[in-house]
Amino acid sequence: MSAPLIEMRGITKSFGAVKANEAVDLSVAPGEILGLLGENGAGKTTLMNVLFGAYAPDAGEILVEGKPVAIHNSADALAAGIGMVHQHFHLAPRLTVLENLLIGIPGKSGRIDRAGGLARLKEIGRQHGLSLDPNLPVSALSVGEQQRLEIIKALFRGAKLLILDEPTAVLAPSEVDGLFAALRSMAAQGLGIIFISHKLNEVRALTHRCVVLRHGKVAGRVDHPAETTSAEMARLMCGHEIVPPTREVSTPGASVLTLDGISTSNHAGTPLRDVSLFVRAGEILGIAGVSGNGQRALADVISGMLPPRVGSMTIAGQTVAQFSPRALQALGLGRIPEDRMTTGLVTNLPLADSMVLPRIGTEAFSRKGLLNPAAIRAFAEEQIKAYDIRCPGPMVRAGALSGGNLQKALLARELAFDPKVLIVSQPTRGLDIGAARFIHEKFLAMRAKGCGIIVIGEDLEELLMLSDRIAVMYEGRIAGTLDSADATVARLGLMMTGAEGHA
Amino acid sequence: MSAVFEQIFQIGFLAAIIRIATPLAFATLGEMFSERAGVLNLGIEGIMLLCAMAGFTAASLSGSLWLGVLAAVLVGALMGALHAFFTVALGLSQHVCGIGVTLFSSGLAYFLYRLIFGQQSVPPSIDGFKPVPIPLLSDIPVLGPAVFNQFTLVYLAIIAVPLAAFVLYRTPWGLSVRMVGENPRAADSAGVSVIATRFQAVILGGALMGLAGAFLTMAQFNAFTFGVVSGRGWVAIALVVFGRWDPWRSAGAALLFAFVDALQLRMQASGLGHIPYEAFLMLPFIFTIVAMAFMSRNAVAPSALLKPFRREER
Repeated sequence: MSAPLIEMRGITKSFGAVKANEAVDLSVAPGEILGLLGENGAGKTTLMNVLFGAYAPDAGEILVEGKPVAIHNSADALAAGIGMVHQHFHLAPRLTVLENLLIGIPGKSGRIDRAGGLARLKEIGRQHGLSLDPNLPVSALSVGEQQRLEIIKALFRGAKLLILDEPTAVLAPSEVDGLFAALRSMAAQGLGIIFISHKLNEVRALTHRCVVLRHGKVAGRVDHPAETTSAEMARLMCGHEIVPPTREVSTPGASVLTLDGISTSNHAGTPLRDVSLFVRAGEILGIAGVSGNGQRALADVISGMLPPRVGSMTIAGQTVAQFSPRALQALGLGRIPEDRMTTGLVTNLPLADSMVLPRIGTEAFSRKGLLNPAAIRAFAEEQIKAYDIRCPGPMVRAGALSGGNLQKALLARELAFDPKVLIVSQPTRGLDIGAARFIHEKFLAMRAKGCGIIVIGEDLEELLMLSDRIAVMYEGRIAGTLDSADATVARLGLMMTGAEGHA
Repeated sequence: MSAVFEQIFQIGFLAAIIRIATPLAFATLGEMFSERAGVLNLGIEGIMLLCAMAGFTAASLSGSLWLGVLAAVLVGALMGALHAFFTVALGLSQHVCGIGVTLFSSGLAYFLYRLIFGQQSVPPSIDGFKPVPIPLLSDIPVLGPAVFNQFTLVYLAIIAVPLAAFVLYRTPWGLSVRMVGENPRAADSAGVSVIATRFQAVILGGALMGLAGAFLTMAQFNAFTFGVVSGRGWVAIALVVFGRWDPWRSAGAALLFAFVDALQLRMQASGLGHIPYEAFLMLPFIFTIVAMAFMSRNAVAPSALLKPFRREER
């Protein structure tokens, strides 16, 4: 093997008392794809931010092609040939593709060098098979295309090493294949790639070598990820065995939620077009689909935030007359919204307030028209204990909690009231294996108690594990529904692209 | 009625529009640069007043009008740097600091003016800029006397608009300004200094506000009074929104406002004497509000406007 392109030696970085990275060594050779695996908070992103110059390490050194370099900011990193595709894209939506590429590039005789930029873009397109219309505003690009733009941006600046932070989290399965093909081709041409992920199957499929981080330290190195079992790598990541929960066989009861011919008018996102579906008591219905195909409208209708234009909905046998979150809640609906931080809770208020938010003013939490702080606090304390929500106490600012603990809090606030139907969107997005496992177990327990659950998600493996049936959404319609026994990732993936329809 | 009409729409009317639009155009372009970089500058009203005073004083003491303009531009840039220090370097609230800068600059302007000129029964005045006809062009009928027989500062404003558009859309610096105003993190990760770019944009904006102030006391009124700016800075903030943060549209917005203002001035002077003049004074502002209500619904501000940028923040 040739000399390493990049070598990090003994990197240590602390935030206050927390050691995010401790004595981490890591190297990437030209043409190598290195997997960086670890749970949330294991220190993957911190390590890469050190490499990209966003954080200064407390100790350790970075060598580029054998020579020590000091990287104080992203300009230094770019100059050293390090490019990074962040998890949250660093693009300006209202500027064009070309303008986003040319930012920070010196111009030609005082002007932006458009011609040079276009030529370079074409060259990258030819070399790596990555192309985009240079004059489109970024806001007109799909998420996959924006990611491609980020990769092109790094190559545009002459990156020899490309860091991708959880690049597949935002992609549909078919887009993931395209990304992998592009990454393999780039590696074949001598680029080094660091691929950050917590998805084991992806790391095994793509990478040549893999470093596993746990609590900021290297927990293990895997030389042939493709030949190592997922269970072995999961053990390295978590420090203990992870057994996926099993779904007991059960006989679903009567329908607890029925949508009949629902269409919505245009609102933010794709509207629903003639959607009919049902969920029975003791059943989990998965909703698969590439994001942006009407899932948000579906969640909004079912949770009462978006009244349909036509069609009807029944909850536990009662036809919904008034579409409002409170009215549906009264009929027995529980809801866990997609975005914990914006629609889920109020990050600047105490956790306890967020935990009673949907029921403020109800008998349980008020007295004579005023809030009952004692009851609110008692409720929160009880749930914090029951769900093992790690936090200093019920009065802590909700935003200070980790994603997994917030999700537990949201789950607790719904499940405490025994909903007949539960609608959840992206229940484990951004959560690590342990927290995801906890959420899954709770869903299965609710199912055993006779609750009907709708899970909207993009992680097909998760949907297959949880669901009794899976419906696929495409362009605002239900493209088909499969019993999970008949469903495979490949088949669902096809249906998600609109290629196959089933009744 | 037709007599009133004729009295309003003379050749002088067009010239008046251009003259009224000039300080607004400078101020609007200045505010636009600042806002495109993500920094709202509510200090504009006070900065214009202080620069109007500084320009007038420098011209009056030195006897050189251009020295006065230079003084106004420098003071404007300095006040821009002050606002940038608070909002960009320290990341403080742009609203609060902007209002603070306006109050501070206004107070400073009054104070220094009193200190230098004392209390006089007749306010001191200077011999201001004179119109400079451009050969040949000023002979064009109608347009010639209105546009090409103006103050040099007017010509400067006319040049400033395409120049601002060129800088903003065609130069690497302009791209950096737009990028730090849309997504500073993207600019940062591309190796562009967000702090430096914002500082530069706000300072340039302040300098342009300085030109606006200079025009008022050295070309339009040739004297400094406490009400010399009288809301033109606030209007410029509205015109930036109305012009959707674009130099051409902003200049157009300034012209439109100037048209209504020139119109109301003439209506005051014309035979409509039974209406109190204050009613006419309100017209341009009513126009601004109505225009904003209809035209600015789809206007989208730079995404990072009002948002301070800090580096090591997760």
